[in-house]
Amino acid sequence: MNPMNRLELYTEMVRIRQYESRILQEYHGDKAPAWDIGAGLIPGEMHLSAGQEPAAVGVCAHLKKGDAITAPHRPHHFALAHGVDMNAMTAEIYGRTTGLCKGKGGHMHLFDPENHFSCSGIIAQGYPVACGQALAMKRRGTDNVAIAVAGEGAANQGAFHESLNLAAVWNLPVVFVIEDNDWAISVPRSDSTATTSNADRAAGYGIPGVRVENNDVEAVFEAAGAAVDRARAGEGPSLIEVHTLRLWGHFEGDAQAYRTDLETVDERDPIPRYAQALLASGDLVEEQVQQIAEAADAEVDAAIQFSLNSPIPAAEDALLHVFA
Amino acid sequence: MTATETPTRRITTAKAMAEAIGLEMRADPDVFVMGEDVGAYGGIFGSTTDLFAEFGADRVIDTPISETGFIGAGIGAAVEGLRPVVELMFVDFYGVCMDQISNHMAKIHYESGGAVKVPMVLMAATGAGYSDAAQHSQCLWGTFAHLPGMKVVVPSNPYDAKGLMASAIRDDNPVIFLFHKGAQGLVWMEKNPRSIAHVPEEAFTVPIGEAAIAREGSDVTIVTLSLSVQHSLDVAEELEGEGISVEIVDLRSLVPLDRQTVLDSVAKTGKLLVVDEDYKSFGLTGEIAAIVAETDPTMLKKPVKRLAVPDVPIPYARSLEYGILPTRERIAAAVKDLMA
Ligand SMILES: Cc1ncc(C[n+]2csc(CCOP(=O)(O)OP(=O)(O)O)c2C)c(N)n1
Ligand SMILES: [Mg+2]
Repeated sequence: MNPMNRLELYTEMVRIRQYESRILQEYHGDKAPAWDIGAGLIPGEMHLSAGQEPAAVGVCAHLKKGDAITAPHRPHHFALAHGVDMNAMTAEIYGRTTGLCKGKGGHMHLFDPENHFSCSGIIAQGYPVACGQALAMKRRGTDNVAIAVAGEGAANQGAFHESLNLAAVWNLPVVFVIEDNDWAISVPRSDSTATTSNADRAAGYGIPGVRVENNDVEAVFEAAGAAVDRARAGEGPSLIEVHTLRLWGHFEGDAQAYRTDLETVDERDPIPRYAQALLASGDLVEEQVQQIAEAADAEVDAAIQFSLNSPIPAAEDALLHVFA
Repeated sequence: MTATETPTRRITTAKAMAEAIGLEMRADPDVFVMGEDVGAYGGIFGSTTDLFAEFGADRVIDTPISETGFIGAGIGAAVEGLRPVVELMFVDFYGVCMDQISNHMAKIHYESGGAVKVPMVLMAATGAGYSDAAQHSQCLWGTFAHLPGMKVVVPSNPYDAKGLMASAIRDDNPVIFLFHKGAQGLVWMEKNPRSIAHVPEEAFTVPIGEAAIAREGSDVTIVTLSLSVQHSLDVAEELEGEGISVEIVDLRSLVPLDRQTVLDSVAKTGKLLVVDEDYKSFGLTGEIAAIVAETDPTMLKKPVKRLAVPDVPIPYARSLEYGILPTRERIAAAVKDLMA
C-alpha cells in the first residue's frame, strides 16, 4: 500500500472542489435565458461531484499507470483524481475539438484511453465494463486493477449484481466503489434499498466489503489500499461503499425541494473539516490553505481558457467516427 | 380542432399528461403510477406533476433504479388486472429493460393465444436538442414500432397528450407513450409556444391510431410526429408567405399507423416529405415511403424526401447536434427542394 500523504489528499480534494466550483459558475454564468438547460457555453445536463471528493481521492491515491476506472454520470472527481488531463476534459465539457472526445461525448461521456478512464450516463453500466477491463489485465498478466464506480442508487440495478458475481467467480482484479450520497435524484436511499450497507451485498457474492462512514478520506484511503493490494495480488475483487455527501443538486438547475437534509449540508462538507483536522495535526499550515486553493484556481483557469480558445467542431464532423 | 376553440385554459403537454393520469386514477382504483422520481418530484419531465400530493405513495410509487424490476412488475400487475402507468425516465434507458418490454410486455397476449391481457402504459421521454448527448437524446420510436405487440403513441401537443394518455390507460393492450422533452413545455428547456395550449379540464380521449391533419395545404405533404410537427407548423407558416402551401400530417401514433390519412394527403399534393427525429435507416421515413410506393407510386410527382437523423448517435456539442437534427431550416429546405 502507498504510504498516506495527508497533504496530498487534501490538495487533490481542493483541486477537484475548485474545479467543480468553477464549472458551476461557468455553467450558469452565461446561460441566456438562465432557465434554458440547452443554452450557454456549457449546455446540457451537469452533475457535479462537490462533497464526494474523499471517495475519488482516497481511491485514486493507490492507482498507477495502466489501472482503469469506469465512472458514472457524475465523473469529474474520479477523472481528475485519476490523472485525466484537465485541459482536454474541460474542452470536452465545452464541446470543443480539442476535447477528449472532440465534442462528441460531453460531460457524461468522457473517454481517455491513455488513462483507461471512461464514464457512462446509463446507471450501473460501467460495472460490467470494469470487469472486462480487469479480465484483460488478468489475461495479460499485469498487476493492474479496474475500479468500478457508481452511486448507491446504481446498486439496485441488475448490472451491479451480475458484475459482482462475475468478478467473484472469475476472481477478477476489480474494486467496486459505491458512493452513497443518500440520494438518487429525489429518492432517498431508505426508499429504494433493502440493505443499509452494500458491504452486506458483497458478502452475498463472497467478496470482502467495507462501508466507510463519515465521508472520511483517510478511511477511504485505508480501505482502498487493502482492496487494491488484494486485487493486484490476484486475490480477487472487493467492494467499498463510501458514505459521502451530495453538496449540490443532482444536476445543475435541480431546486432540491425534496431534500430533507439541506440544513446540515454545509457542516458536513468534508473539505473544511479535513482542513481543520490537518491544521490541528500540523500536516497543514494556515498559509498553505490559500496557496493550495490558488494553485488549483490557476490550473482551472488555464483549462477554461484553453477550452474557450479551442475551435467549435464543424457541423459535418457529426458524421465522423461512427465506425473505426 | 384547437383553432376553433376559445383558448381559455392553457396548459403544458407535461401537465396535460399528468391531468389525464389523475383523471383516470380518480375514475379507476386499478390505475397506479410507478417509476423513478415520479413521486414528490413529479417526474423529471413533469409527467406526474401533483399526482403524489393527491394519491400518495401507495398509488404513485417511486422505484429503485431497477428498470427490469419495476417494468416487469408493471407487467405482472397488469396481467392481474391492474392498470399500471410506468415511466421509463428516458427512452434511451430501454437497453437495461428491453427484455421485459419486448419479450414479455409485447408478446404475452399473442403467446397466450389471446388468453392474457397486459393493459399497461409505459411512458418515456424522447428527443434531442439541448446537448444531452448520445445516451439521453434518442427518439427510438421506430424501434418499438418495429417490434410487434405494443401500441406506440407519440403526441405533439398538450391536447393530444391528454386525450391519448386517457386512451392508452383504458386500452387493454400495452401502450408505449413517447413524449418529446422539447414539447413538454418545461420551464427549464427551450420550448415552442405550441407546447402550451388550451386543453379542456374534463376527461376526454383521442383515439389511438388516427392521424391528424395538423394543417391543411395543397402543394406538399409533410408526414411527421412529435416535436417535428411543431417545427413543421412553424415552417409551413413561414412558407405560406412564399406562396407554398404545406399540409402536415401528425401521425400521433405509429402503431396502429393511420395509412389512409397519409395516402389521402399524398394523393392530394403529390409531394411527400417525411420528417423524423429518429434514425433514418430502417425506420419511420422508410416505412411511410414504402406505404406510398406499395399503394400507388404514380401519386408522386417527385421522389419522396426523407429528413431524419443520418444514422449517427446524437453528439454533444451544439454545433454537431444541430448538424444532424431535422431543424426548421432543413425542413424548409426540403420542402423547397420538392417545389423546385
Ligand atoms: C438505467 C438508468 N436509469 C435511470 C437513469 C436516470 N438517472 C440518472 S442519475 C440517477 C440517480 C443516480 O443515483 P446514484 O446512483 O445514487 O448516483 P448519484 O446521482 O447520487 O451520484 C438516475 C435515476 C439513468 N441514467 N440510467
Ligand atoms: Mg446517490
